[in-house]
Formats: sequence, structure tokens, C-alpha cells
Amino acid sequence: MIAIVDYGAGNVRSVSNAIAKLGHQATVTSEPGEVANAKAIIVPGVGSAADAMANLRALKLAESIKQWIAEGRPFLGVCIGLQILLTVSEEGGWCECLGIIPGRVRRLPRGLKVPHMGWNQVKQKVSHPVFDGIPDGASFYFLHSYYVEPADRSLVIGETEYGIPVCSVIAAGNLIATQFHPEKSGETGLKIYENFIRLATAHIYQ
Amino acid sequence: MLAKRIIPCLDVAGGRVVKGTSFVQLRDSGDPVELAHLYYQEGADEVVMLDITATAEERHTVTDIVENISENVFVPLAVGGGIRSIDDVRRLLLSGADKVCINTAALLNPTLVSKSADKFGSQSIVVAIDAKRIGRAKQAQWEVYICAGQRATGTEATAWAKRAVELGAGEILLTSIDADGHRAGYDIELTRAVSETVTVPVIASGGAGSMEDLRRALVSGKADAVIAASIFHYGICSILEAKEYLAKRGVAIRI
Repeated sequence: MIAIVDYGAGNVRSVSNAIAKLGHQATVTSEPGEVANAKAIIVPGVGSAADAMANLRALKLAESIKQWIAEGRPFLGVCIGLQILLTVSEEGGWCECLGIIPGRVRRLPRGLKVPHMGWNQVKQKVSHPVFDGIPDGASFYFLHSYYVEPADRSLVIGETEYGIPVCSVIAAGNLIATQFHPEKSGETGLKIYENFIRLATAHIYQ
Repeated sequence: MLAKRIIPCLDVAGGRVVKGTSFVQLRDSGDPVELAHLYYQEGADEVVMLDITATAEERHTVTDIVENISENVFVPLAVGGGIRSIDDVRRLLLSGADKVCINTAALLNPTLVSKSADKFGSQSIVVAIDAKRIGRAKQAQWEVYICAGQRATGTEATAWAKRAVELGAGEILLTSIDADGHRAGYDIELTRAVSETVTVPVIASGGAGSMEDLRRALVSGKADAVIAASIFHYGICSILEAKEYLAKRGVAIRI
């Protein structure tokens, strides 16, 4: 079972629609127990990292997610679901995040239109199975005002130019996270979910 | 590079897409769910749906339509028309809308914008502004109209756009009342004036009659996105044709 973690700040319906379109079933849940029993989890998100963290803590999901990732189980984070993985976010006055990936979440520089909203290209820094069937430089839908700066740049597998190079995809073992919204990025975006589910399934049967 | 967005707009009344009588002959149906899907397949970067009757009893119809569209359309969906309360915003977002467009209620009740932005994030709050050119001074000005263009407000459009962003709007949907429906081009001056005033993306609307009109609004008007209804509904061009036209002329476009 694939669990979509619902912590009140996610566009869970869009994500579950995308998974359904691919012919898979996903459960939307905010129960730590149900999350722990899933085969793969997706943490979507819109809104602010500070709100997301507050909700995750209140629902006792922060620890579940940390443990999940520590166990190396398949994880896909989207937008805020990526940002909360870092140590701290500048949003809301340096809010503390999960600290799974050392690094910071910074505000996009002044002088650019913020939020970074719309379709932008993702340069594939390394070849990775999550990009299978997706051409280098393909466009995805972005919608964010903050961006991640992981201390370990080797985790950045996709990068996008918006005044500065913005980290748009991170991979670390069975953890994959995107700054853009694959569920809003047309057929190319659905491919990201398809690849994740395929990788997650392969992991399960390893 | 960030691409300029091409956005078809569906005006819905009584559960059907309206605007244009020859519409039905060109497309199989005026069903908003089918049309949204068709435009998605043609390469729409986003879809906007405006409930132009927005009566209480039709509210639920619209929620159903939004749910049905979002099942098969995997680009952002913005929905507007008659949004008056936080509950209206919440219901639409939960139905599958990614953004809501608030027009009249934003001007009459600015705290609706700030409260909605606090609750759901600026990225999901679009303030829609209908503006009409006033006076003949060398320095052009535009006045904001509300209630579907029926009521003048005495508020100047660029000032209101700036204020809306301060309140928390993540995007401005700007419609020229003068240009709307004439298919003679967008109000470029208005579009540029607002685009240069605010720090969030601006969607130009009203007046598209050709692919060149789209290009002018994006390049001369400095809009981040353009909305068009008639040219797509009437089959003057498809979304893909428009995008190829723009890309060939150096506009950053997602094909």
C-alpha cells in the first residue's frame, strides 16, 4: 500500500488523483500507525514549512517520517515535503525542520518574481532511475518562495535556473524529493510518480 | 528558464461552458469537464474556470465540476466566481482546485485575502481585478470595477494590485473591461503598468483575438501568463499552435 501523508497542508487530492490515474491505489492518512504499515509513503505539501512542521508535530507524524527514512524505506517528498527534510527554514523566522538532510531552506532572492510560479526546466545532474523516460531539460510546474540548500551538493540530482541555480530534485538512497509538483506537471510529472512507484515496488521485493 | 503560461478560460453557467454561440459546432460539447481535459491534452499550462452565475444553488454543481476536472487534468486548476468566505475558498481547494480567484469580495472585504493567504498560502490565492481605462490624461489610469464589471469603485487599478499583493495575493488575474470580448488585443499599457508594479506573477486577460495578441501581452505587456477564451473556443487556433507560434518568435514556452 502507498500512503499519502495528510497533515493538513498538502494537496492530497491532486496526488491521489495522479496515483489513481496510474492505476495504483493509495491511502490518504494522518495516522502514524497506518503510515508505518505502508510500503511507500508520499509527503505532499503546499503552504508554509513552519505550518507543515507544526502540523506534523501535532499529529505525531514528524517522528514517524524520521524513523521511516532512517530505515531506508521508499519516500517521496513534494515541494514542502522536500523542504521539511532539511535542518532549518528561513520561512517564519528560521523554523526548525526534520533535520534529515543537513542544510537550510532559503528565500528566493529579491529582484525575482516570488513565488517562482510556473513551468521551468529541470537539468538532470546525474542519471537516476526516477528520471527514466523523461528527457533532460523537461519542464515541470513550480510554485514556491523558498528553496533548499543541502550541505551535501551530491544529493542534488536535478537543478533549475531561476535567477540562481535552484535545487529541484534530491535523491538519497530510497528517498526522493522534488521542489516542483509532479501531480501538476502533466504527463511528464505522472512519469515521476510512475518511476517512484516502480522503484518502491522493486525495493519491496528485493 | 521560466516559461510564459498559456491558459484557456472556461466561463461556466448552469454547469455548461458559455461564451460563444458557434462553440457547440466546433467542439463536441460545452461540458467543462470534457473541455478542460481537451485543453489539457492540447498543452494548456493551466486551466481557469470561472463560475459566472455563481448562485448559491449552483455552488455545489461547481464543486462537482472541479472534482471531476481534477481527476483527469494534471496541470494547475484555478477557480473563481462568487467566492465570499474562507469556507468558499476551503471547499474549492478541497475539491481539487489549486488556486482560487477572488474578485469583488477581495475589494469589499480585504481581510478575506489576508486570512485566506494565511490559512492556505499565498500560492493558492489569486486576486482578480477587472479594470477600465479612465480619463484621457497623458498618464493613463484605470479604475477597478466589481460585481462582474457593473460597479465602479473609485479605486485605481495599479494601487489596488499592489495592495492585494501586500494582503497576500500570490498572483494577479488582470482583465481589461474595455478590451474584453472585442478580440482586438489585450490592453497592453494596463498589463505592463500592473506587471511593473507588483512582485508576483500577472495573468493578462481580455481581448485576445490572435496569436500575435498573446505575444504582445507577454512581451510588450510583460505579463507572466495570458488567458484566452474565444480564440481557443472558436478554433481560431489550438493551444499547441499558439505555443508553437510564440516559441518560434523567441518567447519562453513549454511545448
